[in-house]
Amino acid sequence: MSTDKICVIIGASHAGVNLAFSLRKEGWEGAIHLFDSDPVLPYHRPPLSKAYLTSNDPIEQNALKAASTYKNEHIDLHLGVKVIAIDNTIRTVSLDNGTTQKYDNLVFATGASPIIPPIPGIETATNTYPLRTAADVLHIKNTINTSSKKRVVIIGAGYIGLETAASLKKLDASVTVLEREERILQRVTSPTMSQFFLDLHTSNDVSVFTSKNVVTIESLKENDIISNIVKCSDGTLYPADVIIVGVGVRVNTELAASIGVEIENGIKVTETTATNIDRVYAIGDCSFHHNPRYGRFIRLESVQNAVDQAKVTAAAICEKETKYDTVPWFWSDQYDIKLQMVGLSDGYDDIVIRHEEESESNNKFSVWYFKGSELLAVDAVNNAKAYVIGTKFIKKPTLIDKIKLGDSAIALKPANLLL
Amino acid sequence: MAKITFITPDNESVTLEATSGSVMELAVQNGVKGIDGDCGGVCSCATCHVHVAEKDFPLVGEPSEIEADMLELEDEVSEFSRLCCQIKVSDAIDGITLKVVEE
Ligand SMILES: Cc1cc2nc3c(=O)[nH]c(=O)nc-3n(C[C@H](O)[C@H](O)[C@H](O)COP(=O)(O)OP(=O)(O)OC[C@H]3O[C@@H](n4cnc5c(N)ncnc54)[C@H](O)[C@@H]3O)c2cc1C
Ligand code: FES
Repeated sequence: MSTDKICVIIGASHAGVNLAFSLRKEGWEGAIHLFDSDPVLPYHRPPLSKAYLTSNDPIEQNALKAASTYKNEHIDLHLGVKVIAIDNTIRTVSLDNGTTQKYDNLVFATGASPIIPPIPGIETATNTYPLRTAADVLHIKNTINTSSKKRVVIIGAGYIGLETAASLKKLDASVTVLEREERILQRVTSPTMSQFFLDLHTSNDVSVFTSKNVVTIESLKENDIISNIVKCSDGTLYPADVIIVGVGVRVNTELAASIGVEIENGIKVTETTATNIDRVYAIGDCSFHHNPRYGRFIRLESVQNAVDQAKVTAAAICEKETKYDTVPWFWSDQYDIKLQMVGLSDGYDDIVIRHEEESESNNKFSVWYFKGSELLAVDAVNNAKAYVIGTKFIKKPTLIDKIKLGDSAIALKPANLLL
Repeated sequence: MAKITFITPDNESVTLEATSGSVMELAVQNGVKGIDGDCGGVCSCATCHVHVAEKDFPLVGEPSEIEADMLELEDEVSEFSRLCCQIKVSDAIDGITLKVVEE
């Protein structure tokens, strides 16, 4: 393989970093330039709302790779540098430090940014943060540690909002979650799981309110301490020393759009992660890609998707036969609950809920989503066995006896569940 | 303090020392090939699979239930398999050898 070729990767997080290392694994001998506007050595994002939020470990403990491994693999990592423009006719990116960098292959691993909804007062509200970066978490931790009342309002009950609620409880905060929809996790899971998580948070002393539309945030000064009053459309008021905004993300597509890359619900790519422009690719949270197993275009926000697409892009750039064809999986950790999800449940018409007999609490169960006889997805709560069996059944479509599946007296083993 | 030897998929032997953290973290911080640790060490991804040398297995011990279940996802699972994000570094495991299992 030619050594004078250059691959430029915009975004050094799960997708971009994994791509850089996968390129070397695939035998790419050319230069690799990896840019990120975040100055911190690339880190795992999932712990930000989980263990990292409650521990005193330095962020380096969560690094995706050690600094030395970039050097060893001859990967040029440029941190704190933003790509501000691209000229694809001369194949060059411009950086905010005034320099430029040429490329042969260009990869968008630009991910997504938190949405800050246009609520009057949100821009000037004190101690109000999204939760996407290591810097966000440091702000949140510092504020909680120095606040005497530690009243937190989380706007948005998605996984990140709920994980943050669980973590902040550990820091002795009093936590209120405000969700605009009728149920929590509405966009991402079934009513069964929403109810489970609502009960879980309520029993852990988190106040969760649904159908709450935040209309203004006002500032309040008491004894020289400034806090916020979060006001909802139904007139309810919630005082907050800290506000965490977790209402979803906006895909970072502007740069790609500027050179004529096709954008739909993200950067549209083929099964080899290629865009409509020659030798320009997109991976991770920013990619709108086809999933062959489910037969439709999707955009995912998961580590699995970022890592697996990176491997495909590396192979494609090295001109090897490749295709992105995976069953999506995801996890979420809240309190002592480990949720593992595999597959995509959208479009299910039948559900089997299985509680394990040995479990004393109701906290070990699995939800199996079917369309007719076809298993689409499994949500497993404290039940890795269900997750693993579900993964196998989804990867290799199998006819499942739903009655046996739902019968906790029958051991959870693939052979016991066949029709 | 524990010395841990990794045998990578290309049969290189790397010996590392640590006093705390998990074995997966030690491997990632030192760029041991074949240990990715994609989930950051929460037993969700199975990209930190190792075979513990038979003589060392009693020092490391059996996997927990969830870990054993997750190992079922792996093709190369053996009775000496562990997900090394679930192995804590301590004096008790000083001198062990782990063979990294390639995906
Ligand atoms: C708090 C939190 C918890 C999560 N928990 C889980 C979980 O439990 N399980 C799971 O599977 N997933 C989880 N996720 C999702 C997961 O982290 C994302 O799917 C993953 O980070 C996507 O990686 P990415 O590289 O595609 O994008 P991102 O992580 O968004 O990274 C994109 C990078 O590109 C950089 N960038 C963008 N534009 C430019 C530019 N012009 N110039 C330079 N740099 C640029 C950004 O600074 C950023 O670092 C979580 C995410 C968050 C925020
Ligand atoms: S690092 Fe993911 S299972 Fe060990």
